[in-house]
Amino acid sequence: MKFVDEFREPGVIGKASGEIRRLADPKRHYRFMEVCGGHTHAIYRFGLKDLLPSNIELVHGPGCPVCVLPMGRIDDGLSMAQDPNVIFTAFGDMMRVPGTNGSPLEHKARGMDVRIIYSPSDALKLAQKNPDKHVMFFAIGFETTAPSTALTLIRAKELGLSNFSVFSNHVTIIPAIRAILDSPDMRIDAFIGPGHVSTVIGCRPYEWIAKNEGKPIVVSGFEPVDVLQSIVMLLQQLQAGEAKVENQYKRVVPWEGSRPALRAMAEVFELRPYFEWRGMGFISQSALSIRDSYAQWDAEKRFQVPGVRVTDPKAAQCGEVLKGVLKPVQCKLFGKECTPERPVGALMVSSEGSCAAYFNYEHRKAAVLTSIGAAV
Amino acid sequence: MSIPLPKIRFRDPQIEMAHGAGGKASRRLVEGLFAPLLFGSSTEPLGDAAHINLNGTCVAITADSFVVKPLRFPGGSIGELAVNGTVNDLAVSGARAQALVVTYVLESGLPTEILEAEVRAMAKAAERAGVSIAGGDTKVVEHGKADRMYITTAGIGLPIPGIALSAASVRPGDKVLLSGPIGDHGITILLARGDLELEADLCSDTRSVLPLVEALARAAATGIRWMRDPTRGGVATSLNELARDCGLGVLLSEDKIPMRDTVRGACELLGLDPLHIANEGQFLAIIAAEHADAALEALKGTPGGHEAVIIGEMCEQPAGTVLGATSYGGTRVIDMLVGDPLPRIC
Repeated sequence: MKFVDEFREPGVIGKASGEIRRLADPKRHYRFMEVCGGHTHAIYRFGLKDLLPSNIELVHGPGCPVCVLPMGRIDDGLSMAQDPNVIFTAFGDMMRVPGTNGSPLEHKARGMDVRIIYSPSDALKLAQKNPDKHVMFFAIGFETTAPSTALTLIRAKELGLSNFSVFSNHVTIIPAIRAILDSPDMRIDAFIGPGHVSTVIGCRPYEWIAKNEGKPIVVSGFEPVDVLQSIVMLLQQLQAGEAKVENQYKRVVPWEGSRPALRAMAEVFELRPYFEWRGMGFISQSALSIRDSYAQWDAEKRFQVPGVRVTDPKAAQCGEVLKGVLKPVQCKLFGKECTPERPVGALMVSSEGSCAAYFNYEHRKAAVLTSIGAAV
Repeated sequence: MSIPLPKIRFRDPQIEMAHGAGGKASRRLVEGLFAPLLFGSSTEPLGDAAHINLNGTCVAITADSFVVKPLRFPGGSIGELAVNGTVNDLAVSGARAQALVVTYVLESGLPTEILEAEVRAMAKAAERAGVSIAGGDTKVVEHGKADRMYITTAGIGLPIPGIALSAASVRPGDKVLLSGPIGDHGITILLARGDLELEADLCSDTRSVLPLVEALARAAATGIRWMRDPTRGGVATSLNELARDCGLGVLLSEDKIPMRDTVRGACELLGLDPLHIANEGQFLAIIAAEHADAALEALKGTPGGHEAVIIGEMCEQPAGTVLGATSYGGTRVIDMLVGDPLPRIC
């Protein structure tokens, strides 16, 4: 398959893996954070850790939108949909994320009108088809999905559609990276930069990471060759004593980002003064709310939002895992009370959540290899 | 006198879609609630059909329900699926279907032409599979209560001579044989629903696998240890059940698993694992290593079997686990399906 097979070619992968071994200083331990959940998923799915020397540690970052969403926001969204006149729509990833009284899917089983959609424009179409109902879109995601929500709101305004609204939980990636760098237990040597987010925001917003913090960052694609090549580029920078922003994912990411996407976002959204991130607390100017000029389509302005705040179960250590302080398996609940089937924390829900990825692809393998005495 | 109470382990407060998706939740329901209350003390691993002894004659029996939406899709329809699905459940248990009975649950308001088309599809599929439809039942419910129509079938079959299947007979070194490309049915249905605005030239693989199973039996009867048709939950779920039931590991060469580019492309786009996607015309067989070549040749020489391939082998370790190895040296654990396949968002 085009654009896939060439990035999974064993010869090229073997070469990149060899290059990593050649560049990595055996006396040194490297901690690279992959910011984006898509990378976490790819690393586990393709078994890429097997191709790295043991002194390169990959730390999973905060770039999984459902993982960083506090439970209170899910409760808020579901409470608006208690009205039988409301159709609750969201992406598939949201469906199994637990709220206090169950996930959207469990609410659906009890009779709530909950629909999975693949694009915000599907929610808009649903509203057009059901003029006697109100369709609410539970919007989540970083700058990757925010432009499509923005374009949908612009369209709703053009159509004068009155039975449609968006509950915005959009967040932005840069403040999250800053929060991680500011965290006192942070020990990251370099970053594998987000790929899809960067198609929208470009590479410039990362420059402070290199300039001010002295950490190399390489914006990376999601195929095995992409991730390995990005690690090669990070090692080359570290070896040369450099810290700069590089773009490995040039076939998709323009250095300047996408102007039309940024324009649509600016038209519809403004920065919230602060927003709560699951496991990381309140981060200022880290999320997007809908501008007053679109208030008619803003679920937070149209409905009574209870503003629920739920503390995570005490034993759950989602925050530490999110910041890369703990590995998923080091959390007390991992694989016991918290599994992909019965998730306690959101990191266990999305296939991009580091706990779910680790659970699905890695931890039994690690247990087995340890039990038969192989090196892992 | 006290009778020991069956131990019910199913604790989920309500039934959700995942309990019908064929993965972990389905297994929990069957093993935790149905088995202790209905199947008594039997500790046999749960297969696609039960083999029971009637006055000295062994017969295989199975039942299946069909609730597919939409009723018609490229390559087949609910009626055809109902016949093939039941014939296949018997075939992979090592039996040749002899007769089926059919129940229709119909909605009032269902156009007769739709029902007639499905009845015709069943008759044709039954003729093709060489099985008679011996009777049935019809119920009608209010409009909107049954998604137009549901079909339930029961099938009875006679064992194919020379085959004795059980997970317990599987040994390290045995080969994993797959009859053809995976994912056609599940992806076809997904696309046929029209929610995705994706189009692809793809058909369901629904068919009777009995001719292939019989060819395999002729070539390697004593070497066939276990078979399963990987329907809901896909190849990953079937092989995880095997790994659990036999206490061995399964090592798959991921690059050898055949699938069409359209299936692969749709899965890449939607973030689905093709190993979790349903098939309706394929089966998996575990074959003793010394019979593997003959088994593969026999399948390849049978119409509809030319894409058969050996995709892996059984191993001592990792016990109870399915591992996928890539040609470039990475490995991953392949788990059963959890929940219903949900696409990722970024």
